Amino acid sequence: MPIITYREALNQALREEMSRDDRVYIMGEEVGVYNGAYKVSKGLLEEFGENRVVDSPIAELGFAGIGVGSAMVGLRPVIEFMTWNFALLAIDQVVNSAAKMLYMSGGQFNVPIVFRGPNGAALQLGAQHSQAFESWLAHIPGIKVVSPGTPYDAKGLLKAAIRDDNPVVVLEGEMLYNTKGEVPDHEYVIPLGKADLKREGGDCTIVTSGKMVLVAMQVADQLAKEDIHIDVVDLLTIRPMDVEAIYASVRKTQRAVVLEEGWEICGIGAQVVDFIQRECFDHLDAPVLRVHQADVPMPYAKGLEKIAKPDAAKTIAAVKQVMYRS
Amino acid sequence: MASKKKSDAKSETRTVRTAGDKTLDREMLHSMLLQRRFEEKTGEAYALGKIGGFCHLYIGQEAVSTGIIGQLRPDDYVIGTYRDHGQALVRGITPRAVMAELFGRIDGCSRGKGGSMHMFDRHTNFLGGHGIVGSHVPLAAGVGFAIKYRGGDQVCVCFMGDSVVNIGAFHEALNMSALWKLPVLFVIENNRYGMGTAVERAAAVDDLSKRADGYTGMDGIVIDGMDVHSVREATAKAIARARTESRPSLLEVRTYRYRGHSMSDAVSGTYRSKDELDEYQSYDPVFSLRDAMVVAGTMTVAEWDALEADVAATVQDAWDFADASPEPPPAALYEDVLVDTTS
Ligand SMILES: Cc1ncc(C[n+]2csc(CCOP(=O)(O)OP(=O)(O)O)c2C)c(N)n1
Ligand SMILES: [Mg+2]
Repeated sequence: MPIITYREALNQALREEMSRDDRVYIMGEEVGVYNGAYKVSKGLLEEFGENRVVDSPIAELGFAGIGVGSAMVGLRPVIEFMTWNFALLAIDQVVNSAAKMLYMSGGQFNVPIVFRGPNGAALQLGAQHSQAFESWLAHIPGIKVVSPGTPYDAKGLLKAAIRDDNPVVVLEGEMLYNTKGEVPDHEYVIPLGKADLKREGGDCTIVTSGKMVLVAMQVADQLAKEDIHIDVVDLLTIRPMDVEAIYASVRKTQRAVVLEEGWEICGIGAQVVDFIQRECFDHLDAPVLRVHQADVPMPYAKGLEKIAKPDAAKTIAAVKQVMYRS
Repeated sequence: MASKKKSDAKSETRTVRTAGDKTLDREMLHSMLLQRRFEEKTGEAYALGKIGGFCHLYIGQEAVSTGIIGQLRPDDYVIGTYRDHGQALVRGITPRAVMAELFGRIDGCSRGKGGSMHMFDRHTNFLGGHGIVGSHVPLAAGVGFAIKYRGGDQVCVCFMGDSVVNIGAFHEALNMSALWKLPVLFVIENNRYGMGTAVERAAAVDDLSKRADGYTGMDGIVIDGMDVHSVREATAKAIARARTESRPSLLEVRTYRYRGHSMSDAVSGTYRSKDELDEYQSYDPVFSLRDAMVVAGTMTVAEWDALEADVAATVQDAWDFADASPEPPPAALYEDVLVDTTS
């Protein structure tokens, strides 16, 4: 199987879906002539022309709204945010327009749109450029939220997102764009709303998604050496969440750690813990623990940033704690 | 702060009202009168508790919707704000469906899930009343983008209040519409106030139409919104430009709302005087057309009375229909959050 980067996988997804359906277009800052701030849209302008690969001004609120309006009348826009930090300027269009349109129109106007771009911290970008917005977005009924961690998942989920008739938020990882993985030559789509058991263990479950999947896999590798075997449940889609996959794993392992990139308070992990305590209470041998970013804006200083971020060491400590090992 | 009343419907834009083509005048009179009586009935229903939530009446502004929407093609698009009842009616959503929506009933145009501020109708390309000030302006640009993308010759008309010209979304949308030459009419219904804030207390520009000057290729036009003929004529040119040259326009239509901002707001009080209201009402768009027609001999007093009776019956029928329509069943709660999709 070919090995390609996460960036190339996303690029393939865009190219394939644009070839498949001429209602699909991509709009955002620097997506065309510049080939994308992170080169995800590389070559698309050349291939599809400027009507379908549209360089917008720096106007997130405006072009997100243009996407929604065009989707209401039949186009299928892919709106690229240079990063999700800047998408905050457009959050009104995601939350008040895209997510509400179908409902408040009594089912008449669906909005088949994808909002995508890198989410979460990279390295030493400081407070305003290092934020993970999963929980903000997943809070909203009326949209779907996906967070792929591997090239294979990135391609399959983005393709599914573009084909979906609803608004879908795709949270990519800036630190993931260069990561590599196997992506088959043949066409495939990963259904939204299904988790993936990335690794089977049996001693403890780690529920995670996105960039943290890589951390969870490292943790699983390391702990295997200590004869602790981990089930890694990669949510893939955060909303709607595949709760059955979580329950199945936790009922088996009876212990769980939830690992997420964002902040603790009202985070994704809080929701996962709630699902687990409601449905797996009798199976649990220990309280479910969470690993997340420190409850502070991201510091710039290298050392501080490192201790602010969730990582393998913190996750290992949490797993050992729920297993009463140390 | 000293304020010049520059954006004033009674200043330089005031035109002398005359009657025009008899058939068209009758249609327009009917259209405006329907909105007037419908909104009065809406006010009554609200007072009786039949309608809940925020409710913004359109009374006084009828010439704007009638003059503009009346000349669109069925495949054109209309989008606007929460002050949407009149526009919905002129676009052809039935009075029954609009009233049922106001009552929150299943037969409403948004199946009772939108309410006063969110009238939608797929069949008439009515893309909604929107409740966040300014947010729908980019949506209109998006509709224009889609029209152009498909190589169509439709236009999108976007109604907005005067306070919208001060919000970022408006400028982002206008810039991209001019940049990409999108077939959109941005129609500012300048009714002199955003809630209780007079235009000159909010906008650092004397004529709102001048906002177009910042965008190359976009015409800014001032229109007397109390005269339906003026609205129709000025808009016709902008529609033609959008259709044939794919060019956006910014229309400032000077109008006036007779009622409070919403049902909880007094008709006059702290921010505007009774005198001012009286003065505007003397230019009433509905009655001045009627009077001009009577003078021109294109309508008799008896015909007017018949029109009134006809409209009253329509509005009463809408009420009765809405009142009899069931509430959405509890199962509707979880419907229409997402569409089923095959990915
Ligand atoms: C972004 C936003 N801020 C505030 C409000 C509350 N609000 C609703 S209508 C309104 C005034 C709008 O006035 P204008 O644009 O002139 O329209 P009009 O009501 O006169 O038709 C305000 C402040 C809102 N809906 N959206
Ligand atoms: Mg106003």
